[in-house]
Amino acid sequence: MVRAATPMLEVNRLRKIYADSSRTVEAIRDVSFGVGQGELVCIVGPSGAGKTTLLKCIAGLLAPSSGEIVLEGQPVIEPPPAMAVVFQEYGRSLFPWMTVHDNVMLPLKHKKIDAGRREELVRDALAAVDLKGVEAAYPWQLSGGMQQRVAIARAVAYEPHVLLMDEPFAAVDAQTRADLEDLIRVLWRRLRVTVLFVTHDIDESVYLGQRVLVMSHAPTVIMEDVAIDLPDERTQLETRSMARFGELRKHIYSQIQLAKQGWRPPTE
Amino acid sequence: MSAPTTDVRARISARTIVWLQGLAGLAGFAALLEIVPRSGLVSPLYLPPFSTIVVALYKEMMSAEFWTALSDTLEAWAIGLVISVVAGVVVGIAIGSSQALRALTHSTIEFLRPIPSVALIPLAVLLFGSQIQSTLILVVYASFWQVLIQVLYGVQDVDPVARETARSYGLGTWAQIRYVIWPTALPYLMTGIRLAAAVALILAITSEVAIDTQGLGKEIADTESGGAVAAMYAYVIVAGIIGVIVNLGARALERRVLSWHPSMRLDSAGARA
Amino acid sequence: MNAAVPSLFRRIAVMLALPVALIATWWFASADSQNFYFPPLRTILQTFSKLWFSSQATQNVVPSLVRFSIGYLAAGLLGIAIGIPVGASRNLRNVLEPVLEFLRAVPPPVLVPVLILFTGLGNEMKALVIVFGCIWPVLLNTVAGVRALDEVLAEVVRSYRIRPFARFWHFILPGASPQIFTGLRQSLSIGLILMVVSEMYAAKDGIGFALVQYQRTFAIPEMWSGIIVLGIIGIGLSLIFRAFEAWILGWYHGLRQSQRAS
Repeated sequence: MVRAATPMLEVNRLRKIYADSSRTVEAIRDVSFGVGQGELVCIVGPSGAGKTTLLKCIAGLLAPSSGEIVLEGQPVIEPPPAMAVVFQEYGRSLFPWMTVHDNVMLPLKHKKIDAGRREELVRDALAAVDLKGVEAAYPWQLSGGMQQRVAIARAVAYEPHVLLMDEPFAAVDAQTRADLEDLIRVLWRRLRVTVLFVTHDIDESVYLGQRVLVMSHAPTVIMEDVAIDLPDERTQLETRSMARFGELRKHIYSQIQLAKQGWRPPTE
Repeated sequence: MSAPTTDVRARISARTIVWLQGLAGLAGFAALLEIVPRSGLVSPLYLPPFSTIVVALYKEMMSAEFWTALSDTLEAWAIGLVISVVAGVVVGIAIGSSQALRALTHSTIEFLRPIPSVALIPLAVLLFGSQIQSTLILVVYASFWQVLIQVLYGVQDVDPVARETARSYGLGTWAQIRYVIWPTALPYLMTGIRLAAAVALILAITSEVAIDTQGLGKEIADTESGGAVAAMYAYVIVAGIIGVIVNLGARALERRVLSWHPSMRLDSAGARA
Repeated sequence: MNAAVPSLFRRIAVMLALPVALIATWWFASADSQNFYFPPLRTILQTFSKLWFSSQATQNVVPSLVRFSIGYLAAGLLGIAIGIPVGASRNLRNVLEPVLEFLRAVPPPVLVPVLILFTGLGNEMKALVIVFGCIWPVLLNTVAGVRALDEVLAEVVRSYRIRPFARFWHFILPGASPQIFTGLRQSLSIGLILMVVSEMYAAKDGIGFALVQYQRTFAIPEMWSGIIVLGIIGIGLSLIFRAFEAWILGWYHGLRQSQRAS
């Protein structure tokens, strides 16, 4: 079900088992998919579906038990430079001893670019996420939504090819979440970056994605790769009240329910 | 996915591994103490091998002098600690309950607290010579502040709503202290006792080393000047073991008292380690 | 501005009220004192200015403070340098922790006779005593601080491929710094004790030495003035430490305040 000619990101037969001295837990059984360049793909699944595990494997933070991740033709064994991650716990993902400016700047320090360009990137990234005048503030002086914007700005300034987002809006209030969702779509279009967005919120996945990968709960497999044929221009009000939106949402929800009853798609 | 029993076994074995690692560290340390003097890296005149020290320790433990010294140190430590805890609690609650008193005494406390109690050594010597009172002066002066500061934090942490309620129900001062202030201040007091216990031991030994009062410190000083080097290290180890017991004991006590306490206390400065 | 002035005045008045009252009581209660051991405060202060604003100061105070500073700073650096790798490795920690807890529990003054064996009575002994005594709180608190580093932050560091030195300077060190400062604070008081004790026990100069001399020769007002000097040094070092901590940990105090407010 790969769309583009050469996928930007490929996940091949990923399997992840956690084992300690007493028992083993198969978090991910068999996951394979591809993401084309410039796509916005959402991964949705119930809690305990190994979504975070999957994302961490893709990000190179966790080693898979078997299978492989391929980014731009290269296998991923450690965090690759072309990828940036936005974590769910925004409060804990920003350095409290640095200002917003320094937080966004830090990952750029070791990139081979000159200081002027770095400043430009930081400034542009903060402007892109709609944050003005907070460069000298500390993260803990900002609201939750603003902190997450800083984390997104940091990822954007890094100029990644692939942006991974791990349930970034789960801990944010509904109104802020709506604004941030729209922000993601705007950024995605402008920067033409490939986005992999993990969430447990079905509505969010349908609203944001071009495709939605529906995960079962552990041991996780992909239930279905759903194409979202909603118009490209999306708004919270209009799009969510469309009939097609409701259909897609219902379909995904029923897939997840099927998974809970033990049904799995036939393996290829 | 698996039965609870396997889980428990895994947990136990993880703990055992940590214990074994720690034991290995201690054994390695002892081995180091054995090899380094024997190999001549450090002269065995200054640092006898571990085995020699152990033998000396055994010999000391057979002598009455050892046990007198040990009990002298512990006596001074215990008495000093008790005095400072009682004084700290009384003064702490008295001052802490009144906003005015707290404001008035704040600067004095902050001035007196950093003064090292060893400054009082010459005075103590003049007044009491090498008697236990000298030690007590040092111990109490140093430990009192630890307890006082923590009790003040604790009293300050009392929920003002609770206090108002108590007062509106006509609870007298004593009842207020018992039912409102004490439970809140208790965790802080435990921290204060833990810190005070460690400080008290240090000062007790300090007094024995510097003033020659009876106790482990004096034995260490005497064995050093008398050239009984192995015996000196034996006493050093004993002092260390006492210190460890005091630290562990205080932490265990703190944990026991706090295990049922629904404390949400902030980690006030200096409360850890 | 008008309202602020009386309130500032009030704050200063409250701050000074008790100390002034205590000092006044001391002054008047001891004014006619015939007690050998507790001379009039006036005499003490006269002796104080005569003694310590002179070459006495350089002869005794300076060597003491120099030894203390060297010992304390060395202990701080060593404690942090050793504490960080130990804190970062779970196995190292498990192996070393009991040994370190034991070494830390040995009451530091005990080291004075021990070190005399090795280095005699000179300056090295005193500086080394301070190092040996002060290193443990710093080391153990550094270990605790490194251990408690936020895991999410650690993953951020990894995912952005931050280099080892940057990782140390921007993540590990600042992250552990609140806990490290707790250790440094404890070491401060221990270092002072050791500075004085080592000088009282065996020295040719220093404040502790001077104090013991005065006591032995029954130079009581001088002895009291020496006690006051020690007190001032203790207070002064504490103030310097607080200022330094407020500067470095400004972010931390702000963070805690915002957490408490929520």
